[in-house]
Amino acid sequence: MNPSMAITEAPGLFTADGLTGLIFLVMMAVTLIGGIISCCAERLVRAVAGLIVCFIGVAALYYFLNSPFVAMMQMLIYVGAVCITIAFAIMLAAPEESKKNGPAGPLSGPLGFITAGLVTIGLIVMAMRAKFTSLPKVSDGTMKEMGIQLLTSYSMVFELISIVLLIAIIGALVIARAGRSK
Amino acid sequence: MSLTLLNVIVAVVIAIAFAAANAAYLVWAERRGAARIQRRPGPNINGPFGLLQPPLDGIKLMTKQLMIPGGADKILFMVAPVLAMAPAIMSFVTIPFSKGIAAHNMEIGVLMIFAFASMGAMAILFAGWGSRNKYSVMASVRAVSQNVSYEIPMLITAITVVMVNGSMDLKAISLAQAGGFWHWNIFPSLHSPLMPISFIIFFICSLAETNRAPFDLGEAESELVAGFHTEYGSMGFGLFFMGEYANIVIGASLTTILFLGGWDCPFGMFPGVWWFLLKIYLLIATFIWIRWTFPRTTIYGLLNLSWKILIPISLFNLLLTAGLLKVF
Repeated sequence: MNPSMAITEAPGLFTADGLTGLIFLVMMAVTLIGGIISCCAERLVRAVAGLIVCFIGVAALYYFLNSPFVAMMQMLIYVGAVCITIAFAIMLAAPEESKKNGPAGPLSGPLGFITAGLVTIGLIVMAMRAKFTSLPKVSDGTMKEMGIQLLTSYSMVFELISIVLLIAIIGALVIARAGRSK
Repeated sequence: MSLTLLNVIVAVVIAIAFAAANAAYLVWAERRGAARIQRRPGPNINGPFGLLQPPLDGIKLMTKQLMIPGGADKILFMVAPVLAMAPAIMSFVTIPFSKGIAAHNMEIGVLMIFAFASMGAMAILFAGWGSRNKYSVMASVRAVSQNVSYEIPMLITAITVVMVNGSMDLKAISLAQAGGFWHWNIFPSLHSPLMPISFIIFFICSLAETNRAPFDLGEAESELVAGFHTEYGSMGFGLFFMGEYANIVIGASLTTILFLGGWDCPFGMFPGVWWFLLKIYLLIATFIWIRWTFPRTTIYGLLNLSWKILIPISLFNLLLTAGLLKVF
């Protein structure tokens, strides 16, 4: 499927494009369902499971947007590393079946629904009003092209992100060290 | 329906069949190998050399009742065995068995296999947590920390090979090593004099990543009953077993492609897919041989090996290779 091609009429279901579109819609649904599971789950481990479903859906969307490299990195980093770390932390910190408890925040109940509704309506209005223009292609999504871009045009962003991660690691170590001496 | 779509579907079906057949018959090979090493006959009653044992085991497992322990997290408990098997099958799609035999050759094949292999830890974690059994939880904590710590040196070593060959495409990596065994990545070259050490690190990591002895702390039966699959019976247990063997085949295939030249024949004779199969089955035989020869390590020894020995060596190797690639 060529994304730059203007689709004038919907393709039949049993063509290659039609099936691709169907899988794309299914993956969108998977992403949404994963997010909903993750928000509504009572047990933390199930929330992590929902997060994984959501991440896999997002990875699939990247794949359909012609960037398999980003899709695979999403799988490797978010599913393979971040979710496992979260689940691991839950297992170490809360061995009992931990349910969400404590007072809910000020945005729970009807207020929360109103906020969510307003945000949704705002996003929809913005999307409807915005004029979508097609930008020139930055790269063709291959690994080589992406590497060149990351180390030339976007090297500043690349370095800043690594500094953020370094700070996070140092912060985690500082917190862990303080806990050990007690 | 276009022809390419049909091609992909046929190739994927073949990949699934290959994974399942290998998983079934490697169980037989493992039992026969264990028996030979322990000087007993092993399964030899059903069919010639006991070759009918795997299908009969399958039928037995499928006819048994699926038991879910009380208090278990039902959904996670049911999902875990599927999660153990499915990523392994996904990885088969991109492995090139020969110049023309690959379901879907991807430019980022190495990355894809690692991405799906990293989901294996998830299956163990969910199985251990979902069973609500203290042995299972302990086993999954162990197995996950092991998987996470051995993924690091494995990825670094793979990156070294990718840097030397200049591609993440498994087919391109194999083709770059063509023309006799002295071109294989396992032998030291100008750009990477430490390649044999890389191979050993990668092999150790693939043993640990597939939870094989001497690193099978996730199912240490002398301490944890059967580890994360204590509560599983019937085909749930069967799927865990098949997932383990499918992962072994993938580990052996990846080692073959990255270090042993893929389908390249050592002396330039009889090119074909059989060289690839010969290499992976020799590696798998080594896996089985190691399992029944070495005793299990402790969890501290296991983690120390990764963090204090394998990671520093592989990082040094990466820097050395990068420097030599820049200089020459």
